[in-house]
Amino acid sequence: MSDIPYPISENAPDRLRSAKGRPFAELTLDNVLDGSVDHGDFSITEDALRYQAEVARRACRGTLADSFERAAEMVKVPNAILMETYELLRPGRAESADLLFERARLLREEFGAERMALFIEEAANAYIRRSLFRRRY
Amino acid sequence: MESQTPNRWKRFDLWDERPLRLDRFAKEDPEHGFSAVRSPADPKPSLRIEGGSVTELDGVAAADFDLIDEFIARYHIDVSVAEEAMATDSLEFARRLVDINVPRADVIRLARGMTPAKLVDVLQYLNTAELIFAQTKLRARKEPGNQAHVTNAKDDPLQLAADAATAVALGFDEIETTMRVASNGWSNALACAVGASVGRGGVLFQCSIEEAEELAIGMAGFTSYAETVSVYGTEGSFIDGDDTPWSKAFLTTAYASRGIKARCTSGGGSELLMGYHDAKSILYLEARCLCLQRGMGIQGTQNGGIDGAPITYSVPGGGREIFAENVLAALLDLECASGNDTRASSSEIRVGAKIMPALVAGTDFICSGFGSILAYDNAFAASLFNGEEIEDYLSLQRDYVAEGGLTPLTEDTALDVRERAVEAVSAVLDELGLATPTERQKKSVIFAAGSAETETLSGSEVVDISARIRSRVTAVDVVRALHKRGFVHEAQNLLMMLRLRVSGDYLQTAAIVRDGRVMSAVNTPNDYAGPGTGHRIDEERWQAIAAMRGSVGRADMIGRRGPRPHAGHSPFALTSAGTAAPGADPTEVVIGISPAWGISIHETTAGHPLADVLEAIVRGVAEAGGTSRIVRIRHTADTSFLGLTAARLSGSGYGIGIQAKGTAVIHQKDRLPHMNVELFSTAPLTTIDHYRRLGANAAMLAAGKSPEPVLVEYTGEAIHAKHHVKTALLFALETAAIEPSELPQEMRWEGMR
Repeated sequence: MSDIPYPISENAPDRLRSAKGRPFAELTLDNVLDGSVDHGDFSITEDALRYQAEVARRACRGTLADSFERAAEMVKVPNAILMETYELLRPGRAESADLLFERARLLREEFGAERMALFIEEAANAYIRRSLFRRRY
Repeated sequence: MESQTPNRWKRFDLWDERPLRLDRFAKEDPEHGFSAVRSPADPKPSLRIEGGSVTELDGVAAADFDLIDEFIARYHIDVSVAEEAMATDSLEFARRLVDINVPRADVIRLARGMTPAKLVDVLQYLNTAELIFAQTKLRARKEPGNQAHVTNAKDDPLQLAADAATAVALGFDEIETTMRVASNGWSNALACAVGASVGRGGVLFQCSIEEAEELAIGMAGFTSYAETVSVYGTEGSFIDGDDTPWSKAFLTTAYASRGIKARCTSGGGSELLMGYHDAKSILYLEARCLCLQRGMGIQGTQNGGIDGAPITYSVPGGGREIFAENVLAALLDLECASGNDTRASSSEIRVGAKIMPALVAGTDFICSGFGSILAYDNAFAASLFNGEEIEDYLSLQRDYVAEGGLTPLTEDTALDVRERAVEAVSAVLDELGLATPTERQKKSVIFAAGSAETETLSGSEVVDISARIRSRVTAVDVVRALHKRGFVHEAQNLLMMLRLRVSGDYLQTAAIVRDGRVMSAVNTPNDYAGPGTGHRIDEERWQAIAAMRGSVGRADMIGRRGPRPHAGHSPFALTSAGTAAPGADPTEVVIGISPAWGISIHETTAGHPLADVLEAIVRGVAEAGGTSRIVRIRHTADTSFLGLTAARLSGSGYGIGIQAKGTAVIHQKDRLPHMNVELFSTAPLTTIDHYRRLGANAAMLAAGKSPEPVLVEYTGEAIHAKHHVKTALLFALETAAIEPSELPQEMRWEGMR
């Protein structure tokens, strides 16, 4: 654990980078206007989320910190997979737990999302126990 | 003859016509879900932990856990404090919530180990005043804020921009939009983002729409938060709502992974409306929702009824229950946007009362959607307070010195920001090749109170604009377009929000952005610890809150240089003729005028020139066969003593006392000072003819007759709220003119023409 000060944008901007690796200080109006900084720069990064997890944990908000850490794992996951996974987790979408276990494997192996993979496996087991794998439409 | 309902006090007919009677009052019926805070089906608190895992929660064994039990057991219950928490006496813990000597952090720590039933057991001990106090202490962020709905019935981007800018000028920290037509989401998002960048900037913005679309709009940089993560307190409702605790927790994480602040939505009554209440009380089900939310790792909640507020408010104790939900959210260390976003009653009194606990205590967001637009323009349905009632809310802040997050808006500021926003969004639409609004369209929106008055882009144009934004426009394109068209300040504000996203700073609990600075429960935590601590309204802020539009002062009422000199057009002259002596004429009525009469005060509070009033009284006396004599009384300005002094100088023993503000009395010389004969106490309602009849009655009394008292008709309006400011200022002139040692002066009353 480092001791990242908060708000990070105010007190430790040098620790931040844009999604495309530009230093935070370079995210200026001039650079946006000349095109050297563009839309792809303005996404949050894994590092920023891990810093925020530290901040939350220091403030005794462990569950919020855990959520930020899971989120850090999801930064690289494309929108389509993200929404597809959300759909799979909704009741009755997956016909069997296997689809969820398969999704957990994908997130673990392709994106290194170990915590999220465990979370989805746990959901699969809860769904089995509560018979959620039944068709809703 | 009128038709009558037999055997019924007619007051009930009158009560039946009150707006209140449009509300339904539900009987307490726990079996069918109509129970605010206690149902026989609510479990007793229990918790068993074996080997670091929860094996029993509120009477349910792990093998029988439903999805919600399991999630709470795994993620909410902090096993490191659970044993201590569950062993703490509920009443004793309830007292800690209102004890200024027990720090917030201490109670929050133990709440992490409490089950839903335990938390309800604690809250049952707090009455509404104690709940308000607890919320004051438990709120996450030091300074309260507020959130606005910005929508309109046409999904008009020009109006959305104008209304977003207006909401920013009013002081809202968050803006939430939604659409009449789902495909207009992108147009709404762009328009509100541009409008919100006018003025101080830094407002968090949400576009409420289907999850995948909401995420995509957020990723395009237009929005910065989401609060559509609904959770429910029963498994049946959850599944019927097409989600599970895991799917919602996943969605929360997905938003965070895109740098988007998120909060859950829960709120009493939703399970009842969805038909899966399990016969539990409303508060118990909400406690399950909130424990679940803490477990999910979401930073905050919007709760306190929400869509279920009207049904919850219909149940006995519903108002207290709704606010208890907010307190529970704060106790679980969640940001609380405390509902007040649904018109929960047709009674304006119940509406005003409903806001008070949150307004007085202060919550992170007093409303999770104050209708900043007119009620009919609210695409979420009418809020508790709407555009029509913004000034009512402002006055409540001012009356109770309460921080409700809003600031009065001057007419100039309103037009300035609306024009700027409409010009900015029009420039962006034009620059990006999406639309070119005409001057006529722009003007109609700038001045419109609501969408019924606008001539603007057509519905099909908006659908088309939205589709094209979706296909190719990001917030960075909007920053560039704003700058290119000269809206540099707005470009910088929008860019500021994009930069902050990269940092993730506004993902922390209860974060808002003011003056470019993130303020959350981390760097501006609520440090309330009794009188003199926590958030206090400073002098500058107080001046802003106090400055209600139309506030009047002495200068507005009686002129900047003090009382106005007489205009000089009076048809009469009133001159002093030495000390007044007692009269002997038995038909005489002495009219005792007050010290400031015609000197520093020249008209009554009803606006009648004093010369006209005096003329009417004199005429009335004469009509009834009396004679009148006028004296100026110098030693008192009190109506009773004016009247009694006049009566004692009068040959008949009857006199009239009258103050320059118009209050008048008939008195008789042998009466006790405050036992007058007739009194006109409501000067603002008194007409010239009333004064004439008063004169006539005095003369008839002098002649030994018993006239009908003159009644000044009163229809029950709040006459003092309307007039007392002016009355007090005028009466101060009257008391200033008193000369205690001066005797009454005989006055000569002469026609000037």
